[in-house]
Amino acid sequence: MLRDITLGQYYQADSVIHRLDPRVKLGTTIIFIISLFVFHGVGGYVAAAVFLAMVIKLSKVPFHFMIKGMKSIVFLLSITVIFNLFLTPGQPIFRLWKLTVTQEGVRLAVLLSIRLGFLIIGSSVMTLTTTPNQLTDGLEKMLKPLNRLGVPVHEIAMMMSIALRFIPILMEETDKIMKAQLARCADFESGNLIRKAKSLVPLLVPLFISAFRRANDLAMAMEARCYRGGDHRTKMKPLHYERRDYIAYLIVLCYLVAGVVLGKLLPILLGSVVA
Amino acid sequence: MPIILDNVSHIYGEDTAMAVRALDKISLVIPDGQFIGLIGHTGSGKSTLVQHLNGLMKATSGAVYFNGEDIDSEGFDKKKLRSKVGLVFQYPEHQLFETDVFSDVCFGPKNLGLSKKEIELRAYAALKLVGMEDDYFYQSPFELSGGQKRRVAIAGVLAMKPEVLILDEPTAGLDPKGRDEILDQIAKLKRETGITVILVSHSMDDVAKYVDRIIVMNKGRVMYDDEPREVFRQYQELEAIGLAAPQVTYIMKELRDHGFDVSDDVTTIEEAKQEIIAYFKER
Amino acid sequence: MGIIKVRDLVYEYIRRDEEGNVEGITTAVDDVDLDIEQGDFVAILGHNGSGKSTLAKHLNAILYPAEGTVWVDGKDTNEEKYVWDIRQTAGMVFQNPDNQIIGQIVEEDVGFGPENMGVPTEEIWERVEESLKAVGMYSYRKFSPNKLSGGQKQRVSIAGVIAMHPKCIVLDEPTAMLDPKGRKEVIRAVRALNDVEKITVILITHYMEEVIYADKVYVMDQGKIALQGTPKEVFSQVEQLKELRLDVPQVTLLAYELEKEGFAMPKGVLTNREFVEALDQCTR
Repeated sequence: MLRDITLGQYYQADSVIHRLDPRVKLGTTIIFIISLFVFHGVGGYVAAAVFLAMVIKLSKVPFHFMIKGMKSIVFLLSITVIFNLFLTPGQPIFRLWKLTVTQEGVRLAVLLSIRLGFLIIGSSVMTLTTTPNQLTDGLEKMLKPLNRLGVPVHEIAMMMSIALRFIPILMEETDKIMKAQLARCADFESGNLIRKAKSLVPLLVPLFISAFRRANDLAMAMEARCYRGGDHRTKMKPLHYERRDYIAYLIVLCYLVAGVVLGKLLPILLGSVVA
Repeated sequence: MPIILDNVSHIYGEDTAMAVRALDKISLVIPDGQFIGLIGHTGSGKSTLVQHLNGLMKATSGAVYFNGEDIDSEGFDKKKLRSKVGLVFQYPEHQLFETDVFSDVCFGPKNLGLSKKEIELRAYAALKLVGMEDDYFYQSPFELSGGQKRRVAIAGVLAMKPEVLILDEPTAGLDPKGRDEILDQIAKLKRETGITVILVSHSMDDVAKYVDRIIVMNKGRVMYDDEPREVFRQYQELEAIGLAAPQVTYIMKELRDHGFDVSDDVTTIEEAKQEIIAYFKER
Repeated sequence: MGIIKVRDLVYEYIRRDEEGNVEGITTAVDDVDLDIEQGDFVAILGHNGSGKSTLAKHLNAILYPAEGTVWVDGKDTNEEKYVWDIRQTAGMVFQNPDNQIIGQIVEEDVGFGPENMGVPTEEIWERVEESLKAVGMYSYRKFSPNKLSGGQKQRVSIAGVIAMHPKCIVLDEPTAMLDPKGRKEVIRAVRALNDVEKITVILITHYMEEVIYADKVYVMDQGKIALQGTPKEVFSQVEQLKELRLDVPQVTLLAYELEKEGFAMPKGVLTNREFVEALDQCTR
């Protein structure tokens, strides 16, 4: 169920990837995602696969954890694949009733599933190796220039970090409330859309009340611990780049070059082999 | 109607690296009309166990029979089971949602598809059973005290007219007076209706006074299943698993160690008092 | 002056109905005086709604007196310039462990207070280490709080307060949501802080077993202090405690019951050993 979502779940391990500056990981993830959409041809994807495999290996996070992140989007993935498979015009391969599968369709579907798969796994690697706090710290520091434009960067980062801390707690609570209402013979499944929506009231009311109470308690606890916004604050884990971070940036650059070059080169190489 | 557990096991996260065996081959018979204390520390499996009794959780292996029927068999009416085996969870905040107490108690019977009149009669009777005064009926349940919220939550389940009532930590977070009041109320309700009551708790002191059978859980297994005094006789073993016999048991034990010839087979203050008085009379 | 001094404290809040009209005024704390010396272990008892939590929140400048004055380490909580000093001097641990842990990892949570105070990075690490060691949670420093038991979470919360180097720590029903094992862990940690680190402890609770080691016990009812004294003095008043919706330890109760039956038992028996000795006296 909801718990299968790996995004935002940290996996404790001692690896180079874990130790990298969160800004490096954030930046790399963004670059990696963009690269997936920029690269064309098999070569680019080979580079991406090699790069991803290397990062996963270095991260010491068991591979099935990343796959778990995939489960939650399998549905989305299959819809996109099916749409692309059947609705792309081009050279027909075979017909199924009124639907035509085309060469272009197959190509697009394969490309898309690779892209989406890599995208999810790539971002899972980041969230599995970076504590949400590091992540928000990284974002806070990366976005700091926006402070001058009046964007409350620290506050946004703090809110994100608190939200992330409370998501698992509230999910567990949702589960408990659901069971408490099921024990009173509540029915969350049958009926039409309106009835279903109505049946959520006994679930949502206790959940909201609890969330507000928690927010209230938390605000008080933070004040009691002298929290007064971002000014005058020091950091327990301040961010500064170290050698490994520069090396990481270098590797990312290499990856980009390799991707582009392979993307251009591989078809030529293959072409010459065929010829 | 009796509940029978036959070799029930439950494994969380089966076929993952973090699989946890929460219940390990539990076999139990819960006959009609008993007052049972289910004791164990956090993580002993007691909460998992009770959720098997009303079909909220499904056994990984083994079977649960209600009135002779396997509750996981095809076509078994889970909804009906839940109305017959009423389960009240630890925090009333997890179930109260209506704008007033009375409507909230109506939620259970309403889900059973009863007539409006029947629903209201049942809600009224249930609120009376838990000792709620009429003045509170149209108040918001969120403004009640902790003890009253708990009463309303129990009424919300009683209104379905269950034959078995399971209460998960009904005294958590209450002050001593509130705790005594709710336990007395449950004992009274038990006497009046004669239904089976299962009291889940980690406090021996709480249940010793009321129940006629204690089931001690540890690491997903039933460690003891006997009358209270028989169970408390094992206080050293109980201590080893983070539980304790009632405090008076220890006082009597210490008296014995100091040469007083009193029985340490004592679980309540009243019994201890009588035992000591008798001892002094004899001499 | 002691670490905490309270004079004529009154706190009222206004009850409103759904439309926001004033329904009435509730006096949560009513004319309370309190003197707590540095290094004391003080317990405040009372049933739910007796005003004990409201009183506690005044000691940390979370609430401000409607009437009267609260001084923490000589500083008046009504003066705004002292607020942060006071919150640092008197740390506070709340009831629900989940709702006061801010960090995603144990050590990050413990560092939260010092971060807010502007402590230099290196010193934060030192403070986090010593605080976690003081509550016996150092080996869990890399854990997610969600993976800990209730008792462990509360010990982390206590460490988070100690890391701010307070002179005094106020615990507002820290054990109310815990099981017996967790309760023991937390009380043990609190007692160690008081014994070893000499931190003043103000423990608010309704569990009687937790207060028998206190230097002084206050019992609150309807916003007022109804009883005060050493645990022995307070627990010798069994009937009054019952009227105040409180328990006494079972051993105290048994001694009291026997005394009513004509046994020459002393008042306020607190431990099993005392009980056995007293009964031994009766024999002779």
